[in-house]
Amino acid sequence: MKIVLCIKQVPDTSDIKWTEHNTIQREGVESIINPYDVYAVETALRIKKSCADVELTALSMGPLQAEDMLKKVVALGVDNGALITDKKFAGADTYATGKTLAAAIKTVVPDFDMIICGQFAIDGDTAQTGPSIANHLNLPQITFVKDIVECRDDSITVTRQADDGIETVKAKLPVLLCVLQGFEEPSRARINGIRRAQKTEIKKYSLADIGLNPEDVGLKGSPTYVSKAFRPVIEHKCEKIFACADTAELVHTKIKEYLAGADERK
Amino acid sequence: MSENKGILLYAEVTRDKYIHTVFFELAAKAFELSKKLENCEISALLITPPADMGLYKDGFKNSGIDKVYVFQDEKFKNYDTEIYSKIAVDLVNEIKPEIMLVGATAQGRDLAPRISSSLHTGLTADCTDLDINEKGRLAATRPTFGGQLMATILCKNFPQMATVRPKVFKPLAENVVRNTEIIYKTASDTITGMTSKVELIDFVKTIQNEINELDSAEIIIAGGRGIATEEGFNLLRQLAEKLGGTVAASRAVVDSGIASKDIQIGQTGKTVRPKLYIACGISGAIQHIVGMKDSEKIIAINVDENAPIFSVADLGIVADAYKILPEIINLCNS
Ligand SMILES: Cc1cc2nc3c(=O)[nH]c(=O)nc-3n(C[C@H](O)[C@H](O)[C@H](O)COP(=O)(O)OP(=O)(O)OC[C@H]3O[C@@H](n4cnc5c(N)ncnc54)[C@H](O)[C@@H]3O)c2cc1C
Repeated sequence: MKIVLCIKQVPDTSDIKWTEHNTIQREGVESIINPYDVYAVETALRIKKSCADVELTALSMGPLQAEDMLKKVVALGVDNGALITDKKFAGADTYATGKTLAAAIKTVVPDFDMIICGQFAIDGDTAQTGPSIANHLNLPQITFVKDIVECRDDSITVTRQADDGIETVKAKLPVLLCVLQGFEEPSRARINGIRRAQKTEIKKYSLADIGLNPEDVGLKGSPTYVSKAFRPVIEHKCEKIFACADTAELVHTKIKEYLAGADERK
Repeated sequence: MSENKGILLYAEVTRDKYIHTVFFELAAKAFELSKKLENCEISALLITPPADMGLYKDGFKNSGIDKVYVFQDEKFKNYDTEIYSKIAVDLVNEIKPEIMLVGATAQGRDLAPRISSSLHTGLTADCTDLDINEKGRLAATRPTFGGQLMATILCKNFPQMATVRPKVFKPLAENVVRNTEIIYKTASDTITGMTSKVELIDFVKTIQNEINELDSAEIIIAGGRGIATEEGFNLLRQLAEKLGGTVAASRAVVDSGIASKDIQIGQTGKTVRPKLYIACGISGAIQHIVGMKDSEKIIAINVDENAPIFSVADLGIVADAYKILPEIINLCNS
C-alpha cells in the first residue's frame, strides 16, 4: 500500500514577518514542522506497523530549507521524502496549494492508495488544504479523523469527530484523511533511522516537473489575497481588585449585578 | 460589472433535525451585507430527506431569506461530502451568487473547501468579521498565526466564499419578514447516480445538547492551567451548578487531559458570547481571548496581577482561585 503524507513547515508563530505583498515572509524565519502534521506522520507510521507492504512518502511544498524537516520524518520511519519547491509557488492560498500538491502527488506517487494530511496548520489554521487536494484528485475525503479502527488492502475504517459525537466511517481506497491531534506520544527517531535519513536523498520537484503552468500556482494561481494585516485590538476597562477578606463577597455581588443587568437589557 | 448577484447561505441541518443556529447568524450578517449591495437577494440551500422537510419549512420565516432552494432525496439522510458538494456547485452555477457563506461547523468545514475548490474560487475560513468594501467586494477578516494577526482577505473570483464559526455573529434582533419562496429542485441525474464513497457505520453521541451546551450557555465558568486539577475542576462545577452555568476550559487543560476537547474555548475550540464568563487560572493567551472576548461581562481570577486576561476583563480579581472559589460557592448557598 502506498501512502502519501502532506506535511508543511510553518514559521514559529511567535516570530512573524510579512512581505511587501502582504504575504508571509518564510525565508529567514525560524521554522518548525506543523504540529498537526506530526499526527499525520504518527498515523501513517501506525498503519505501517500494523499492515504489510506499506510504503510512506512524505511530500512538502516549500522553500529549500524544508528538506531538513523531510529528513527528520524519514528518520522516524517514513520511506521517502519529496520536496516540491519553486520560487513561483510563493504566496499560494489554499486553492493553489491544493492544486499544486495534487499535481505533485500525481507525479511523485501516481499509484497512491491513501493521502494523509494534518487537519490544521498552525499558521493559517484554515483546515482547507486537505479537502482541496481531495477535490483536485477527485477523491473521497474523511476529515477530523481521531483514530484508525482498521486498515485493509482495499478499505479503511476510522473514527472522526463530529460536532455532536464520534462517527465511525469506512471508505474504499483511495481516500484522503485529515487527522486531528493524536492518540499517542509522538515517536522519536532511532539511531538507525537517523543513519538511513542521512543516506536518503530528498528528491526535488520544480513547477516544470509537476506539469503545471506559472498561472496555476503561487500568488498568480490564488483566488484570494491578503488586502491588509493588522494586530487585533481589544478594548477594556478592567476594575482590578487584590484579594482581601471580603473579595468573595464582592465577586458574588458583582455576579448578581451582571446577570441582572443582562436581563434588563433583554 | 459581474453578472453574479446575491448571497447564498448553506442551511445545515443537524442530526437532531434542526436548522443549525449558525445559519440564523449567517442570515443576520447577510441581511446587513445585502444593504450595501445592489439587487441583493438572500437565498438558502437546504438538503434533506423528503420526510423531514416539514420540520424545516417554517424555520426560515422571519430570518430575512428571500428564497430557499430545497433538494430532497431519500439518500440525503446522512451527510456526504462529495454528493452535497456537487449539489452546491450545480446550484451556484445556476443562480450565480456573488457571495456564499457556510457555517464553520464540522460539516461546514468539511464541505466548504470542497465547493470552493470545485468552483475554482477562494474561501476564507473562520471569519470574525465580514464587510463590503468600497468596490463592492467581500472583505473577510480572520485571525491568523494563532490569533496574533488579523488579516482581511479579498477574493478575485465568484462566488466569494467564507465560513464563520457559530456564535461569532448574532442572529437578527428583530424579525425580518420576507415573502420567503420555497423552491423545490430536482437533483440532476449525475447526483442521483452518485453513491457515497464514505459509509457511516456507527455514531456515538458524546454531546447531549442538540448542538453544544456551550453554544447556548449564558454563564460559563472556565478553568485554565492555574486550576487544572480534579479538585480545581470540581470547584468550577460546583460554582457552575449554583449559578446555572456550564464549565469550559483553556487548551492547556484539554491538552493535560483534565478536560475534554469539546469544552475548549478559543481559536481552535469554541467561540462563545455568554452573559457572564468567569476565567479562573487562565493567563489570557490571544488564542484563548479570541474565543471569549465578546462575552457581555468577564470576571478573571488570577494570582498574577499582570496576566493578560485582565486586559479583557470587567472585573479582575488577583487571588488564588483555590481559595476564593469555595468562598464564592458558600455565598451562593446562603
Ligand atoms: C495555533 C494555536 C491555537 C491555540 N488555540 C487555543 C485555543 O483554542 N484555546 C486556548 O485556550 N488556547 C489555545 N492555544 C494555547 C494558548 O497559546 C495558551 O498556551 C493557552 O491558552 C494557555 O492556557 P492557560 O491560560 O490555561 O495556561 P497558562 O498560560 O499556563 O496560564 C495559567 C494561569 O493560571 C494562573 N494561576 C496559577 N495558579 C493559580 C491559582 N491558584 N489561582 C489563580 N490563578 C492561578 C497563572 O498566573 C497563569 O496566568 C493555542 C495555541 C496555538 C499555538
